[in-house]
Amino acid sequence: MSRFVKFFSIMLLVVFFLVGCGTGSSEESSIILATTTSTENSGLLDFLLPIFQEDTGIEVKVIAVGTGQAIKLGEDGEADVLLAHAKASEEAFVAAGHGVERFDVMYNDFVLIGPDSDPLNVKGLAGNDIVKALEIIKNSGEGAFISRGDESGTHKKELELWAELGLEPEGEWYKSVGAGMGETILMAEELQGYTLTDRATYLSMVGNLDSVIITEGDTKMFNQYGIIAVNPDKNDKINNEGAIKFIEWMLSEKGQELIKEFGVEEFGDSLFIPNAK
Amino acid sequence: MEIINSFVRAFQLIFEFDKGVYEIILLSLYVSLSSTVISTIMGVPLGIFLGLKDFRGKKVLIRIIYSLMSTPPVIVGLAVFLVIARKGPLGFLGLTYTPPAMVIAQVVLVTPIVVGLVFNNVVEKGSNIRNMAFTLGANKLQTLVLLLNELRSNILVAVTTGYGRAISEVGAVMIVGGNIRGHTRVMTTSIAMLRSMGDYETAIALGLVLLLISFIINSIIYNYQRARGV
Repeated sequence: MSRFVKFFSIMLLVVFFLVGCGTGSSEESSIILATTTSTENSGLLDFLLPIFQEDTGIEVKVIAVGTGQAIKLGEDGEADVLLAHAKASEEAFVAAGHGVERFDVMYNDFVLIGPDSDPLNVKGLAGNDIVKALEIIKNSGEGAFISRGDESGTHKKELELWAELGLEPEGEWYKSVGAGMGETILMAEELQGYTLTDRATYLSMVGNLDSVIITEGDTKMFNQYGIIAVNPDKNDKINNEGAIKFIEWMLSEKGQELIKEFGVEEFGDSLFIPNAK
Repeated sequence: MEIINSFVRAFQLIFEFDKGVYEIILLSLYVSLSSTVISTIMGVPLGIFLGLKDFRGKKVLIRIIYSLMSTPPVIVGLAVFLVIARKGPLGFLGLTYTPPAMVIAQVVLVTPIVVGLVFNNVVEKGSNIRNMAFTLGANKLQTLVLLLNELRSNILVAVTTGYGRAISEVGAVMIVGGNIRGHTRVMTTSIAMLRSMGDYETAIALGLVLLLISFIINSIIYNYQRARGV
């Protein structure tokens, strides 16, 4: 028994030691970026951040969550900088004094995906009119629309589109799953249903999917990303200097060029179109 | 501050009689209780059998069961999902994202716990009870009845532990159930979802409701044990 106690104590010490090491890193050299799952899932950040670190020596720790939680993290002062795609919420965030200023960084677009067989013939009937496409799914009585239902930027965009139809999406055909984009796409695939996704996440998963793009190219599916430094007055842990450097780099010619480059090799086209002013 | 608000929110949730919240609570109970009952029916006899009988490969089997007792729910969820998915061997049943799928995943999680704990108790007390039964000249069936009677409280503890695992896990039901509002959304998946939406208050409030339910169920079992003088 005493040997066990000894072993256990040593293990505990090792754990404490490791934890201690983890928290002892210097604060100047790293920032916390709260962002949406789409920037992480698509691989954009994996591509950009090492180059940014090489240029500035600043390590970026990414917390990829839904837009709702990303903004919440900013409000709580748990992050230094936000990269999100829900313009109204972002502007409200700045207006409430949680953030310093919002800058446009880039945009991508949403697409409606569904089963390859397109059982409702949405493609044929609606063309690239997204609102009409949703109406067909709603009225079919047997189609399934899988909604993220997690207050994310994509979910908010989807709700805007339903609002254009002037209806509350409710009923057996409408499945609100409260999950991230990747998870939602997989559920749509499994249920042979339709869902709205950002193009980047869809393309990054396309190798494992049978679902195809049903509707694309409608200007209503335009998706603008903004970047905001969290207000440094929130607490003394916020690394504002690093956040500003990161924003400047993202908006610089080099950053914008790299954003444009991303995805061209793999998918034959940019996943994100830079548009910093 | 958020914690205090959460307590207020928890009471609101309980007394508002919001249909959505009650649906979630009832589905949680339905799924976890169903899986616990099925696991008990399968696990208790198996545990007793393993505790009493010796056969080749028993040691390996016991080790496998002990390992399964601590399998991460996510792994179980994934394995069950791959079997029942549209492309899987049982795809034709159309079970994905339904409550039965959640029950299946939890049965896979809970059964090893029931088997493992019952087996342990039978090994510990079984031989004594058997000797006593033998001395009293009991036949096989009478011995088994005596054994069940003696192990009553141990079996109850095993079942409660299994139920605790079922009601509290999130990984497996998230994968096979899909957290669909009004259809497969249970308390743990709601909490995970609310957290991901930044609604910490309601998440903790639901967590408190979950704790309260566990407390009530444990109290009932404790009182039952005392009343029976076990």
